[in-house]
Amino acid sequence: METLGSAPRWRLALTALLHHRLGAFGLCVCALVVFTALLAPWIAPYDPSVSDYEAILSPPSLTHWLGTDDLGRDILSRIVWGTQVSLQVSLIAVSGAIVLGSVVGMISGYAGGWIDDAIMRVIDAMLAFPTLILALGIVAVLGPTLVNAMIAITIVNIPNFARLVRAQVLSIRHMDFVSAARGLGASRVRIMFRHIWPSVIGNVLVYGSLTASTALITESSLSFLGLGAQPPTPSWGSMLSSGMQYWDAWWMSVFPGVALFSVVLALNFVGDGLRDVLDARITE
Amino acid sequence: MTLVEVRELHKQFVLRKGLFGKVSRVNAVSDVSLNVVQGEVLALVGESGSGKSTLGRLVARLDTPTAGEILYNGANVASLNARQLFAFRRHVQMIFQDPYASLNPHMRVRDMLAEPLQIHGLARGRNAIGARIEQLMGAVGLSSTLASRFPHEFSGGQRQRLSIARALAVEPEFIVADEAVSALDVSTQAQVVNLLSDLKRKLRLTVLFISHNLAIVQNVADRVAVLYLGRILEVAPTEDLFAQARHPYTQALLGAIPVPDPTARRKRIVLKGEIPSPMRPPSGCVFRTRCPHALADCARIVPPLRPVGAGRLAACIRDDLMSGSAPQAIASTTSSRAIP
Amino acid sequence: MIRYIASRLMQMLPVLFLVSVAVFSMTLLLPGDPTLSMLGENASLADRVALRERLGLDLPLPVQYLRWAQNVVEGDFGRSLRNGEPVSEMLLQRVPATTQLAIMAIILAILIGVPCGIIAALNRNSFGDVAATSVGMFAMAMPSFWLAMLLVMMFSIHLRWLPPSGYVPFLRDPMDSLRLMLLPAVTLGTILAGLILRQTRTSMLSVLSADYVRTARAKGMSERRTILRHALRNALIPIVTVVGLQMGALLGGAAITESIFSIPGLGQMVVDGIFNRDFPAVQGAILVIVTSILFLNLVIDIAYSWIDKRVLR
Repeated sequence: METLGSAPRWRLALTALLHHRLGAFGLCVCALVVFTALLAPWIAPYDPSVSDYEAILSPPSLTHWLGTDDLGRDILSRIVWGTQVSLQVSLIAVSGAIVLGSVVGMISGYAGGWIDDAIMRVIDAMLAFPTLILALGIVAVLGPTLVNAMIAITIVNIPNFARLVRAQVLSIRHMDFVSAARGLGASRVRIMFRHIWPSVIGNVLVYGSLTASTALITESSLSFLGLGAQPPTPSWGSMLSSGMQYWDAWWMSVFPGVALFSVVLALNFVGDGLRDVLDARITE
Repeated sequence: MTLVEVRELHKQFVLRKGLFGKVSRVNAVSDVSLNVVQGEVLALVGESGSGKSTLGRLVARLDTPTAGEILYNGANVASLNARQLFAFRRHVQMIFQDPYASLNPHMRVRDMLAEPLQIHGLARGRNAIGARIEQLMGAVGLSSTLASRFPHEFSGGQRQRLSIARALAVEPEFIVADEAVSALDVSTQAQVVNLLSDLKRKLRLTVLFISHNLAIVQNVADRVAVLYLGRILEVAPTEDLFAQARHPYTQALLGAIPVPDPTARRKRIVLKGEIPSPMRPPSGCVFRTRCPHALADCARIVPPLRPVGAGRLAACIRDDLMSGSAPQAIASTTSSRAIP
Repeated sequence: MIRYIASRLMQMLPVLFLVSVAVFSMTLLLPGDPTLSMLGENASLADRVALRERLGLDLPLPVQYLRWAQNVVEGDFGRSLRNGEPVSEMLLQRVPATTQLAIMAIILAILIGVPCGIIAALNRNSFGDVAATSVGMFAMAMPSFWLAMLLVMMFSIHLRWLPPSGYVPFLRDPMDSLRLMLLPAVTLGTILAGLILRQTRTSMLSVLSADYVRTARAKGMSERRTILRHALRNALIPIVTVVGLQMGALLGGAAITESIFSIPGLGQMVVDGIFNRDFPAVQGAILVIVTSILFLNLVIDIAYSWIDKRVLR
């Protein structure tokens, strides 16, 4: 039987996060989004892409709680299905950025020398581009689809993770436990993944949850401009962009925005909470 | 029989400030030659900054020397190919000073001890590995029920035992113990030192014992090498050294050990000043700026390590001091006299 | 100082080089033969080969890059694929709008963020502090295009105070220009205001607890003079840093803000260029945006180290 004290660190951190007021709140909202995305077919009252021509641009009512859009589609159902796009972006695109950025950062930090110099110059160059401009440029080359938007979001977020991980690796690689592993004859790959990576991942996750929120904004910005999710895929960004054409139908512009804003805020809370929790553990 | 032979070893660290900043060089180890005999405990003593840890890391090949050779069983450690280095890693293990930094905080004890077994294929299958872990933990006096814990749940002494268990997992023949007990409190120090001595005897290990604690060195070491600013100043069998140190620096070091019996007062030599910066070591004899017996020549001549008695070496140009007779006071311009 | 500037410039050169390579390769990565899109699907092979030769597309890539880079350095960004207008002229027409937008956004952000941050810090943990910090947090999580929509709905559609979109050059009609640019500037400046608010609050708090402010208070200086004299001056430096660090985000955000409010700036040029598949225009606009960010960061860094040496030492 395991004693309570021997729980792995991530479980301790999670427990602490649940005691952090805003962090726990953010985590609940995120859980709600995941839940909604998975159960969208059962939760959504209507088919998100089917038009009800009897009820075009109808304001919120008992039949359509959040109203309908210009094609008579139920806004609530579209917001519910929109969580799937948001979840894909914040999970897949950000995980992609975390994995690729971490690999680049680990190589850069562990190899050092000219490899490090070369990688860091490329990273600097990528960071010189504003996020949205770089994402726009990538989508321009690849073509406007949701998958390409996600690829663009992955790419634009690689540099920050690479930098973060590199800095961590530089501070950890000379620690005695890494020397000890080297002395045991551990391979470079083993040292990187078994010894350095677990010490890096805490900060990467903090930054990851903050990045998930900016990634969501980038995706919705691209979709808003018509360069991300294409119709009829319900994405909050593209829903807002059709709201721009019908100012009088305020429900088209307000509700998808509220959904987007809440999730972004929740992700920020989780990130801030995680940081507080991990900081507290460091200063303990 | 010589197990490790160090020949004219140098290690220089290059520090650079910024991209175009000034480059400064530190000679951590300068022209060190040393033998470690199979089965002995050779102690490496010196103040912090004397280069003893660097020398230890070089011998364990965790760093590469700038110049010189380290022969392990006659093979040059620096020119081993990947396969030979892998074999070398099995024979030579290191124990680090800080038990809080030398254990991976994210690995359970079980995984930490299983790792060397897996790397070198020393035990295969869950049961074999489990049995070996139990045996290793037993050997260092820890209950194997603690195997599922993380390092932060152990005390400093227990952590150091874990470190030792990890090093023993590959059945090494040579261990570099870098200040292995100095981070521990005094009673724990004694326990861990005793553990190391026992294991050394049982497993017929050869040990390079790096320490600044002369009281412990006197207990465990067969021979002692004294390091100062990266250079070896004296090498002697432990008994001889503690009975009569030849080099003025060793004499000063010995004078600084607390003596258990207050009536047996040792002649104290107090060194003046601080240890010089290794970035700008003194010319000639590195110790001359603090030596009570320094002559004008000491600034010009780098004293070679030379025999000064049976099995003893020292690096000092003063024959009168090295012969073992009482030193004569000689007035000198470069140094003040010893304070009695 | 000169040594520092030189070393910063030296560090910038490889970045600038890589940025230009990336922008140059945009067109190479595009699928399809550019001669087909220029001459039409039915162009004869001979015409296409001739065009390829004229455009230098048959040369090795490094040579193509060098030619392109040389032209760019000389101010020739090629011609728009849409209307044949030189891209450099389009850029010159569009720089003022983006500059005005960015400057107004920064001024607004400072005007809102700094006072709110000071008030929050002076009344730590009061209702005002909590309110200001929460608003700051909300501001930083606000998707700018949604904020823009809410502002337009409120101030243009509902209240009819401000026009929903459009642009007049500042020099032609300053009042109209400011009115048209107000909502875009608020949109763009909100996130920055939130960041400035938080930064001002934190640095004010740390300065206020510093010994010399306490000494000044003890010496009997009035509260206001203490704050203005010591605290604010020291707190301003981190604020300048935040503004500097946000230059990129600001010019990136301009792309979406300009598109929403129909402001003919560099950001809109990028977005429109992508829709029109007008790649010379996209390349030119991105290159100008990124280069100006690099130079602005350099200037701010130099100014910062100068302030650091002169004012604080």
